[in-house]
Amino acid sequence: MSDQWIDVCAVDDIEEEDVIRFDHLQHSYAVYRSADSEFYATDGKCTHEAIHLADGLVMDHVIECPKHNGRFDYRTGKALGAPVCVNLKTYPVRVEAGRVLLAVGA
Amino acid sequence: MNAAPIIIVGAGHAGGRAALTLREQGYNGPLMLIGDEPHAPYERPPLSKGLLQGTAELGGFSLSAPLALQALGIEHLAGHAVQALDCDARQVRLADGRQLSYSGLLLATGGRARRLPGITPGWSNVLYLRTHDEALLLRTTLRPGARLVVVGGGFIGLEVAASARALGCTVTLLEAGPRLAGRVLPTEVSESLLALHREQGVDVRLDVQIEAFEGASQVEAVRLQDGSVIPCDGVVVGIGMQPNTDLARQAGLDVGEGIRVDACLRTGAPGVYAAGDVCEFRLQPEGPFQRQETWRNAEAQGRHVALNLLGAGQPFRDVPGFWSDQYHSSLQTIGQLGATVAARRSLAEGGFVLFYLDAQQRLQGACGWGPGNSVAKDIKLCERLILAGQSLDAAALGDAGVSLKQLLRN
Repeated sequence: MSDQWIDVCAVDDIEEEDVIRFDHLQHSYAVYRSADSEFYATDGKCTHEAIHLADGLVMDHVIECPKHNGRFDYRTGKALGAPVCVNLKTYPVRVEAGRVLLAVGA
Repeated sequence: MNAAPIIIVGAGHAGGRAALTLREQGYNGPLMLIGDEPHAPYERPPLSKGLLQGTAELGGFSLSAPLALQALGIEHLAGHAVQALDCDARQVRLADGRQLSYSGLLLATGGRARRLPGITPGWSNVLYLRTHDEALLLRTTLRPGARLVVVGGGFIGLEVAASARALGCTVTLLEAGPRLAGRVLPTEVSESLLALHREQGVDVRLDVQIEAFEGASQVEAVRLQDGSVIPCDGVVVGIGMQPNTDLARQAGLDVGEGIRVDACLRTGAPGVYAAGDVCEFRLQPEGPFQRQETWRNAEAQGRHVALNLLGAGQPFRDVPGFWSDQYHSSLQTIGQLGATVAARRSLAEGGFVLFYLDAQQRLQGACGWGPGNSVAKDIKLCERLILAGQSLDAAALGDAGVSLKQLLRN
């Protein structure tokens, strides 16, 4: 199945080194903008207790869950230690004409 | 001859985290986790919220599935109480008479819900909430239309009240003090909680004393000292936790409010450590002994003590913190909340963060309140600002236009 590119938002709707929540077809995604303005996306809910990650804190390339401080590298989805042990699924993102596009169904 | 196992007494969050960390750190020796509950270790915060409301089940907040514990070679003795500890012989004795030797011992015995004095033991509709099975029992009482009296305006009482309202119960909440969660929360947050619960239909009564429970085999009404009578179908008592210190006390260990430990979480007996709700520790060498009954502390101490059981010898340091979710709002605190609020930052939708500074204008603590998890980012940044220890400008902290991340990096 080929990727379907979904329009998420304008580039400047996400601050640098921050994250927003994006819901599409009953699925939540977290879409990140790094300090050097690269864009990434992961599943929107923490693999620990399904908390929305977009309320968490982005520092460098790490998202920290708002509740239990579980940390992930949002570029790879890698879980960085207890209480999280299951990696986050990541999704391709690209920027086109000032818009952030997310590939779902990959 | 096989080496004696590391034994963990108490299979709650701290004990479970310690066991998992020991394996994660490469400890391959025998490892026993002994607990009186029938379940694999689990996190307690969902008990008063998701579990009561039927949106979460035990498997979703267990630290590890029973089979996974087995696969890790963690021998979990569920439903077993440890009856005695002999620190000289380095042995524990189980209720069934078994004597087990240990090479290292962790006491993570937690606590039990404090009982309300003067209750007839036979009253089956007076309920408490500390364990999963207590929560399940409570869940059967929270039928739509049931009239519930909650005794205690602390976090357990408030979260149960919120869950009961979500389930369609009529709720009266009784608090002996002048405000909600007054021992640990700033006045403004207590007031926000009070306004929210009243808006959600909870009959909150402050500064009240219970005179008597009325009823034959069940409590049918609660009579207050002011003469008012509250008819009810059930009572939930949330008046705090009683640390399980008997085992340690009988073994001659130093026990205050909890089991006293040194900076490395060691008790006075060789190879015997304590962690979690039952652990009474000091964050500074000459600081006061304290206990932390929080998810954060169980997680952090459970992990830390495992490293020290393996010989790390590191003092435990953490910034204390906790959260509470009620309805669609949440509060979070970090650090020490002093007597005086140094700055207040307004957030969207009625949210706010209160900041506490020391004499050198360094951040000591913060408390945020707002919809969903909206205060989480700021509280996490406050944790980093506390650790950074830099002097801060109160006006900047109070200005929502100034990013805390920027202050951290200044």
